[in-house]
Amino acid sequence: MSKMRESVIMKIHYGTALAAVALVAVHILMRLTLNFAESLEYENVIANYQFIPYAGMLEIILILLSIHGFNGLRVILLELKQGKVYEKAVSYGCVAAMVGLIAYGSRTILMVNMGMV
Amino acid sequence: MAQVSSIAEEQASTPLSPSKSVTLRIARFNPEHDSERKFMEFTIPYKKWTTVLDIILEVKKYFDHSVAVRYSCRQATCGSCGMKINGKPMLACFTKITELDSDVITVEPMNNFPIIRDLAVRFERLFESHHKIKPYLIRDDSEITSNEKEFLQSPKEVEQYIQFANCIKCGLCNSACPTMATDSSFVGPQALAQAYRYVADSRDKGKNSRLKIIDESHGIWRCHFAGSCSQVCPKGVDPAMGIQLLRGYLLGFRS
Repeated sequence: MSKMRESVIMKIHYGTALAAVALVAVHILMRLTLNFAESLEYENVIANYQFIPYAGMLEIILILLSIHGFNGLRVILLELKQGKVYEKAVSYGCVAAMVGLIAYGSRTILMVNMGMV
Repeated sequence: MAQVSSIAEEQASTPLSPSKSVTLRIARFNPEHDSERKFMEFTIPYKKWTTVLDIILEVKKYFDHSVAVRYSCRQATCGSCGMKINGKPMLACFTKITELDSDVITVEPMNNFPIIRDLAVRFERLFESHHKIKPYLIRDDSEITSNEKEFLQSPKEVEQYIQFANCIKCGLCNSACPTMATDSSFVGPQALAQAYRYVADSRDKGKNSRLKIIDESHGIWRCHFAGSCSQVCPKGVDPAMGIQLLRGYLLGFRS
């Protein structure tokens, strides 16, 4: 992470934002097939996760937003305070939080598809 | 508050326009002794061509010679007299009292610069950042050894960078920059605009090394494009545009 050039990180930042806008638009359109209360019913949520193409898209949205969001947080924290130790802690902390969030979100999809829920 | 009857009498001899008075509030602060900034007020007569620097020098001459202010050319060329005038970073020698349209003029040291005393600030950070981006033409040969004796440029090639060559290093852009206020390691709009000035110069061959210098965690990507740097530049340089054009090189839109 620390070896990666900032321009590469920012290209990923902009790219994930654009891709997330497109996929979240599809996600919202999918939600419009049911009314709000119905779409949050337990059976419908489970059914969504069991429909592999849609679950795959949700997983991609999770990855895109985690990368974009935690890089944004890293940038804000770097501007807030400076210092070698602090900056390293922020960079590695954000990567760890990002991996943790993706793992937690993926766990839900995997558990549903493995029949654990 | 002091009054200036002698100056008023002296200047009243000029027949062109009657002099009016303005209240000048000068921020006084010595980091070695003072815990907080104080303001001293002076009532100074002025004419339509009187600049803010003129009235500060009147104060130094007739009321308080200890007011610390840096100035030199008095014609917006040296970039020494940058300060906050009524809250906005400006050159004192390039700002007429009449254009401020106010009876009270408050002068303070520039933001984002350590204060030496009163209106004088330290420029070390600006000069270090400026030096860091290699503000000179980089190439293996030189015009001395070249057979052509000079590196010719077309008017179009000059147009690419000429406005950025007008920078006088006054620091007003860095003073206005919101990122400079929070990020003590940010390279700043002045240095970034100068990086563009040399990257866009057709004679220069140091583009890659310069882009590498600014492409770091406190470099060009920390600019939020507030645009305040371009608004305050007294020489018409547009650092915000230069920064966006530099980003074009780094994102692959320009080569």
